[in-house]
Amino acid sequence: MAGFLTRRLLNYLMLIVVATSLAYMLAASALNPRSNYEGRNPPLPVAVVDARLTDLNLNDGTPLFERYLTWAGGVVRGDFGKTVSGGSVNEDLGRRVGVTLRLITIGLVLGSVAGVLIGAYAAVRQYGLFDRLTTVLSFVVLAIPTVVLANVLIIAAIRLNEMAGTQILLISGEATPGLRGGLAAAAFDRIRHLVLPTLSLSLGLVAVYSRYQRNMMLDVLGADFIRTAMAKGLSRRAALTRHALRTALIPAVTYFAFTFGALLVGTTFTEKIFGWHGVGEQLVNSISTNDVNTVAAISCFAALAVLLAALASDVLHAVLDPRVRVG
Amino acid sequence: MAIAGEELAGQQSSVDRIKAPSRLRVVAGGLLRSGRGRIGLALLALIFLLAFAGPYLTRWTYVSKDYTAFLAPPSTEHWWGTLQTGADVYAVTLRGLRRSLIVGLLAAVVGTALAAVVGAFAGYFGGWTDRALTWLTDLLLVLPAFLILAIMSPLFAGSQWPVFVLVLALFLWMVTSKIVRSMTISLREREFIHAARFMGVPPTRIIFRHVIPNLSSLLVVDATLNVSAAILTETSLSYFGFGIQPPDVSLGSLIADGARTALYAPWTFWFCAGLLIVTVLAVNLVGDSLRDALDPTSRGAGDR
Repeated sequence: MAGFLTRRLLNYLMLIVVATSLAYMLAASALNPRSNYEGRNPPLPVAVVDARLTDLNLNDGTPLFERYLTWAGGVVRGDFGKTVSGGSVNEDLGRRVGVTLRLITIGLVLGSVAGVLIGAYAAVRQYGLFDRLTTVLSFVVLAIPTVVLANVLIIAAIRLNEMAGTQILLISGEATPGLRGGLAAAAFDRIRHLVLPTLSLSLGLVAVYSRYQRNMMLDVLGADFIRTAMAKGLSRRAALTRHALRTALIPAVTYFAFTFGALLVGTTFTEKIFGWHGVGEQLVNSISTNDVNTVAAISCFAALAVLLAALASDVLHAVLDPRVRVG
Repeated sequence: MAIAGEELAGQQSSVDRIKAPSRLRVVAGGLLRSGRGRIGLALLALIFLLAFAGPYLTRWTYVSKDYTAFLAPPSTEHWWGTLQTGADVYAVTLRGLRRSLIVGLLAAVVGTALAAVVGAFAGYFGGWTDRALTWLTDLLLVLPAFLILAIMSPLFAGSQWPVFVLVLALFLWMVTSKIVRSMTISLREREFIHAARFMGVPPTRIIFRHVIPNLSSLLVVDATLNVSAAILTETSLSYFGFGIQPPDVSLGSLIADGARTALYAPWTFWFCAGLLIVTVLAVNLVGDSLRDALDPTSRGAGDR
């Protein structure tokens, strides 16, 4: 087990290094930071722009490989370089990672738990009203892209606020700046901000997980070991939760790693549309501002996140499935 | 011997001729029997009709502007109203729909073909080929697709949208290729593959003639579901201005513009958003019932 884990970790590490390097090369050759300084009135002298770009390690006069080595040397020491405005990428992203992780964690937990529960319940009452309703709803939700869903939620919230005559749900940002009042007021304010982004992030997850869990549960429900468990005197409820649900969870856990990547992309849209200053928002911004160093740092973060999710799903898989532990 | 072989081949081909359409008929029957498949196919047919015949019904094109009507609500003159620029929403939306459909279909086909080839080669050859291809697959899974596509967006400007399709397809195939690989590994040990190998059929030919056709049900379903995935990715990219570049329009860029005016001019947002949702829904419905129709053991087969 230890050897297996070490080999896997080494492989992951190499994947991260190659993926980040590739992203850097691509970004450095496709994006043009020089254009940020063009079209100024009066035009900046070329020498000034060159000096500025060299200072940021973004000068396209330097060969790409040389820039890459300078950048990689910094990354090895844990420094991802500077943003186009001269700030430190580490500080900027460090601040943003917290925002993104808060949003993702809440969305992921809510989405997967709700999805698994809905799917499992629908499978137990197959062809019931609940089953039919959730099947139709999940098909519709899966057809709505995050960008549309987020905008529809915003429109709905504005209408709701208009009808109520007061601001119930807040649309933009993570918290109201300069809010007065105690801890309770601040927490309430955050929740009001959180509802819409979380919904836009987790509704799709709920739909995916409920479909998946329903099919898995149906496969397991007909299995012999459930009948045996009930024949040995276990109540139906205990047999379903302790044996059926646990077995049916295994594929859902494997699926976890794949959804995580999709979730990262989903947060990009959600953050950008709802004005949360997280990593995803910075991703869109950094491409429009030709910020090569930030783009590379975000790819590193995304690769790390996806691989951590893969590792977590491996471990969870081993916990849930006795066959894996033996092998 | 040779004659007998030829006769056998002749018989075989006539058997094939009888059998081939019946398989198609079985699948089509299964598809049409399920309510999901019927609704999906009908919706899809309507959408295609609208996208490809619809533009001929109106005298407005997606570039023409009506300077007497800015942000006008739907009327007999402009069926779905106009945008802030005076462009006809009906004409622009259909143009975007057509672009999204073409991009989605092409990217899905290319992506699935790539998945089939990479997965089958990795699974069939094993060893270093397998290790290298699996590593490549993992690498592409780890690279943030949205970011790479967005970085490369300047390449898609002008009439370069086929490049966009190719890059989109490059990020669609990884998961399927993993499934194809594991299925190929089990197929490799089957008698007919052994027979072909011992008769001296070259490996590439075995892969294209025997392995991939045996995975066709999986691939057909995957290609269908990839269409919706490709359309969703394309619209999301275009929403942020990284996909189809102006003056061309796609549903994504229309939704981005429409979302800004949606509150006081709902027609600028809901027509394109609604069409996008219906399109993806129809493709998913067809893909789902196709999976049931192609797989007799599928649990969903009885699930109408």
